[in-house]
Amino acid sequence: MRDTNLRLDGNAAGGLLNEMFPFEMTTAEATCGGCGTTKLFGEVMLYRHGMGAILRCADCDTALIRITHVGGSYRLDLSGITYLRIAADIH
Amino acid sequence: MAITTTATLGKSSDTRVIKGMAPQLRWQLGKVLEIRQETPNVKSLILDVPDWTTHLAGQHVDVRLMAEDGYQAQRSYSIASPPEDRYLMLTVERIEDGEVSPYLTDELRVGDRIELRGPIGGYFVWNARDEKGDDSPLFLVAGGSGIVPLMAMIRHRGNSGNTVPTKLLYSSPCHEEVIYREELERVSANDSSLRVIHTLTRRQPHNWMSYGRRIDRAMLADTAWRPADKPLAFTCGPTTLVEAVANDLQALGYEPERIKTERFGPTGG
Repeated sequence: MRDTNLRLDGNAAGGLLNEMFPFEMTTAEATCGGCGTTKLFGEVMLYRHGMGAILRCADCDTALIRITHVGGSYRLDLSGITYLRIAADIH
Repeated sequence: MAITTTATLGKSSDTRVIKGMAPQLRWQLGKVLEIRQETPNVKSLILDVPDWTTHLAGQHVDVRLMAEDGYQAQRSYSIASPPEDRYLMLTVERIEDGEVSPYLTDELRVGDRIELRGPIGGYFVWNARDEKGDDSPLFLVAGGSGIVPLMAMIRHRGNSGNTVPTKLLYSSPCHEEVIYREELERVSANDSSLRVIHTLTRRQPHNWMSYGRRIDRAMLADTAWRPADKPLAFTCGPTTLVEAVANDLQALGYEPERIKTERFGPTGG
């Protein structure tokens, strides 16, 4: 199977991200440290693997966030993003 | 990096609703009430989830299976039912070599329970109530089981009396593999503002009058609303189809932020 067919949307990481952040994270916005593009998590690329997931920029493929869940800990490598905005309007 | 959040997590007596706040989702048990064979490879599961609150058309759930030795497998499945329905419908395509879908389509029986959490997703969603006063037409493009979240939108639109002009362009391998075929015929026959256009890529019935090839730019140019009508597009299906459709719609003049995509990858597995 080609790599393109293993690619999912950040949409599919909504449940996983919700284990760490108490917000609807598919509508959070991140700026890529590689190319500067800002996109919603729902729009970026998701690659899942046995221990977690990697979110990648849809434009330049930079690894935005690497998430692993090992030994009772979540480990997040956020070095691929320069900015994260989480929508949380108060009504 | 910097993180900003404008939420104020108030005292326990604070009753303000923070939009976007999604308290950690719990795994819940859904009881299978009915199993419906949609096509040779696709089944719908109708589930009773006692603590289900509500959802938006287009959202998904995570389904978790656990073996006796503790091994877990988890996949995301789009919700097929509209928010108005009492029971939750998931429609699952059986993926050869998949870890989760063969269990859901072959082993699961009425009365069994499965673990799920949701609803999840705020990006690939359509809410008829939000669109009041906005008569932008909807253009829905589905490949195979990518129809599932779009069907939730069509059902929700029908239930809410929303009459925004809507077209569905739906690619399937052959007539027998068109998911929700009869329902789509019925709802489009009864609703002049909803048009369903099929393309059958592998085999067409005798006297087939519609398209018989993969979705391409020419087909989109023939079927899509004009960009001047400010349409809102949703496309869901295999990754390659979704990316091609999004690129072609942009080339035809659609605004990128009004093209919502959901890639299925290897359709959930």
